[in-house]
Amino acid sequence: MKNNKERQLKISILRFDPHIKGDKPRMESYEIEEAPGMTLFIALNDIRQHHDASLKFDFVCRAGICGSCAMIINGKPDLACRTLTKKLPAEITLAPLPVFELIGDLSVFTGNWMRGLNERLEAWVHEQEEIDFNRLEQRMEPELADEIYELDRCIECGCCVAGCGTIQMREEFVGAVGLNKIARYQLDPRDKRTDRDYYELIGDEDGVFGCMTLLGCEDVCPKDLPLQSKIAYLRRKMLEIGLKSDTHSC
Amino acid sequence: MKITYTDVLVIGGGLAGLRTATGVKARGHDVIVLSLVPPKRSHSAAAQGGMQASLANSVMGQGDNEDIHFEDTIKGSDWGADQKVVRMFVNTAPKAIRELAAWGVPWSRVKRGDRQAIINAEKVTISEQDEAHGLITARDFGGTKKWRTCYTSDGTGHSMLYAMDNKAHEQKIEVQERMEAIALIHENKRCYGAIVRNLMTGELTAYVAKATTIATGGYGRIYSVSTNAVICEGMGQAIALETGVATLGNMEAIQFHPTAIVPVGILTTEGCRGDGGVLRDVDGYRFMPDYEPEKKELASRDVVSRRMIEHMRKGKGVSSRYGDHLWLDITLLGREHIEKNLREVKEICEKFLGIDPAEEWIPVRPTQHYSMGGIRTKLTGESQTLKGLYACGEAACWDMHGFNRLGGNSVSETVVAGMLVAEYIADYCDDKASSVDISSQTIESFMDQEKEKIESLLNHKKGEDAYQLRESMEKIMMEKVGIFRNGADLESAVIELQALYERSHNIEVKRSKSRAANPALVNAYRTQRMIKIALTAAYGALLRTESRGAHSREDYPERNDKDWLKRTIMSWPATTNKANTNTSKSLPDVSYEDLNIEEMELPPGFRGYGKDMTIKHPTSIIRQKQVEKIQENNNQQGLDRFKAQNKFMPYENLLPEKYRGRNERLTERFNDDDDEVKGIDNEK
Repeated sequence: MKNNKERQLKISILRFDPHIKGDKPRMESYEIEEAPGMTLFIALNDIRQHHDASLKFDFVCRAGICGSCAMIINGKPDLACRTLTKKLPAEITLAPLPVFELIGDLSVFTGNWMRGLNERLEAWVHEQEEIDFNRLEQRMEPELADEIYELDRCIECGCCVAGCGTIQMREEFVGAVGLNKIARYQLDPRDKRTDRDYYELIGDEDGVFGCMTLLGCEDVCPKDLPLQSKIAYLRRKMLEIGLKSDTHSC
Repeated sequence: MKITYTDVLVIGGGLAGLRTATGVKARGHDVIVLSLVPPKRSHSAAAQGGMQASLANSVMGQGDNEDIHFEDTIKGSDWGADQKVVRMFVNTAPKAIRELAAWGVPWSRVKRGDRQAIINAEKVTISEQDEAHGLITARDFGGTKKWRTCYTSDGTGHSMLYAMDNKAHEQKIEVQERMEAIALIHENKRCYGAIVRNLMTGELTAYVAKATTIATGGYGRIYSVSTNAVICEGMGQAIALETGVATLGNMEAIQFHPTAIVPVGILTTEGCRGDGGVLRDVDGYRFMPDYEPEKKELASRDVVSRRMIEHMRKGKGVSSRYGDHLWLDITLLGREHIEKNLREVKEICEKFLGIDPAEEWIPVRPTQHYSMGGIRTKLTGESQTLKGLYACGEAACWDMHGFNRLGGNSVSETVVAGMLVAEYIADYCDDKASSVDISSQTIESFMDQEKEKIESLLNHKKGEDAYQLRESMEKIMMEKVGIFRNGADLESAVIELQALYERSHNIEVKRSKSRAANPALVNAYRTQRMIKIALTAAYGALLRTESRGAHSREDYPERNDKDWLKRTIMSWPATTNKANTNTSKSLPDVSYEDLNIEEMELPPGFRGYGKDMTIKHPTSIIRQKQVEKIQENNNQQGLDRFKAQNKFMPYENLLPEKYRGRNERLTERFNDDDDEVKGIDNEK
């Protein structure tokens, strides 16, 4: 490793504490010295410890696994904990994710939003029969299990919501995170819901037909989920159901 | 004063807490879960490699059952575990994993036919049977005789936690996020809930409950480098300790995982070695076979970690600006395997190290990983000394891990303990005697105390900087209470921590005075408590003059069963209830709880690593003879393994009735007409 002089980073952060009366959103800048291997997790903790103890942000696993630390980094939503400062210019701008309720500074309340979404989409396995857990488990094709896992990897970080054009105009839009959940359960034979049931949940403009196919979600997903192809697939499926019910009603 | 009443208060929204909540809710009790973070972000999500359950579906797990899982766990614990608890655990683990499968976890499955694998650095072909096709598969992990660790790629904890949280949503379980329990409400050795701080608004609320459950995980963050999430600060153990009534067990039992990346300490799963990865030194030499010819890289975690340090001390480490490290080589597994089964590891290597682990070796070093110690409980998960307080998962010392936990047994414990403890709690709440009989005056006095503490932290003038105290504590733990320990270092660690503890009474929240969301205030009150937790660990380690599992004393290298086959029990009775006054003493009270050798199914013996340095307990020899005699009788009578086990150490009646059934396996199929084989236990 080379022993070059470290860069001086200028980190500008959108500050606002809604709990303080009269507080106004503003940009505040901090200068810190870059260190080898420095991530935004390290940089932000450094700022809190040495410059401003009131700075609010969220980290939990700090390993890119839990999805707590999504924020807007130089204009793009991403996970702060695994963003190395050396991959960024010396001037860095940080802002909280839009859409979600602001707790303060970079900290947003993704939890209540995601829970609301989960409840709305009933994002759980709808079983029909009681299962005896002493007996051998239900079999599943290995490839199918892998395919479900692929979609199960979503960490509800909110990047796709922040990167979504539709949701800016349509507040109730379920976003890629919601559509991905439906795609996941639609694949899963343990969930006894039918396509018609899913249609009831996402067969409208707040669901799969609202998506304008700008695909910001796919660009910013830190887990590289196949959001584009899954939304397209769901749309075809839901369209089939929609068309069928139309003929019925005519 | 705001008071919220519920039947069961669960503090912690990870796997253990959520499973406890679903269990008590299913029994008809109201429950509120408090979580620092959205539950899906809990540290359970970071468990990568897998969950142990003896399903024996894969050909490499053939012949596995509860008996072998039991033996592995006891040996892994270096005989520190409670053998009855381990029996309860191994019998429930297959049920837990099957329940999770039904709830949506996409467990990786057995695929019939041949596949390539790497074992002991050589390519081998494994042929899976037709009849196992589509059942849950397993990988190899350290310290196990069979391939028993079930997984979803290397995102096992994530998948489990998501399925569990979704189940909680289905059951409409109330989860309150960004809520922190900062004190337990208790009177006359009975717990009545907690004083809870809203981390967004700063509001304090008293939660009053028949039963309070702590499921807040471990205390890894008392070290400066840990694989743990930043929220694993031991606050559950701390608020239990601060009651002065509840006790903590084996706080010195702290596990170091062999392979965390350097310097940031993020975990790369044991699955890397389980799947065939090897450890290499500065010369690229694979050194583990020299130290542990039989298990090599797949010896128990404590053993591998020590061998790595030993090897680095011989000058075989790779030096870097962050100190020495070794290499984890998974290149031999091939890109396809890594991208399918070790994808989190791959992402971590790419993002944090800028390397491709299919091409390059990973810099690793043993790093703090798991807390075997915790809130000491009975078999039921209830505190031994504070009625109505329960604990489960990593927060507890239940005690199924003794002095070293096996990889894959932690997420397994969280779910199993949640299942079992939920039943015991529900029984307790069913009983009229658990009705809440506490005056609002008492509740108010707890509330006032906490308010006062917060005010004094905010109002101190020229006080101590909590960040500095915390940094000093973390450094002491790193340097003096690490993998290899010795009397001199431990003694100075305790003295220095005591000094920090004294100074911590005078912490001042500097430069950030908000009573609402205020990270500096949170750091201040947590630092005070963390120093106490650090003291219990360091002091316990100083007093334990032997080496057992992860507790390794250079000055006492023997495992001393004669004097130390016992748990360290600590409490911290306050001399005064006033906060932040300098009147409380700076060390916990210590006592010891003997392990009962006469009841052990597996009497203390040699673990099989290095050379046997055990100082034997006289009773061990007597019990060994008894066990051999029972074995002989069992053989003569031709008892099946269940009846045979029962002769050594009956445990089934300790389990909640609904979990007493036997577990079906391909080789142990249920015959639907035969109740006994099916495992319906009609006995009481």
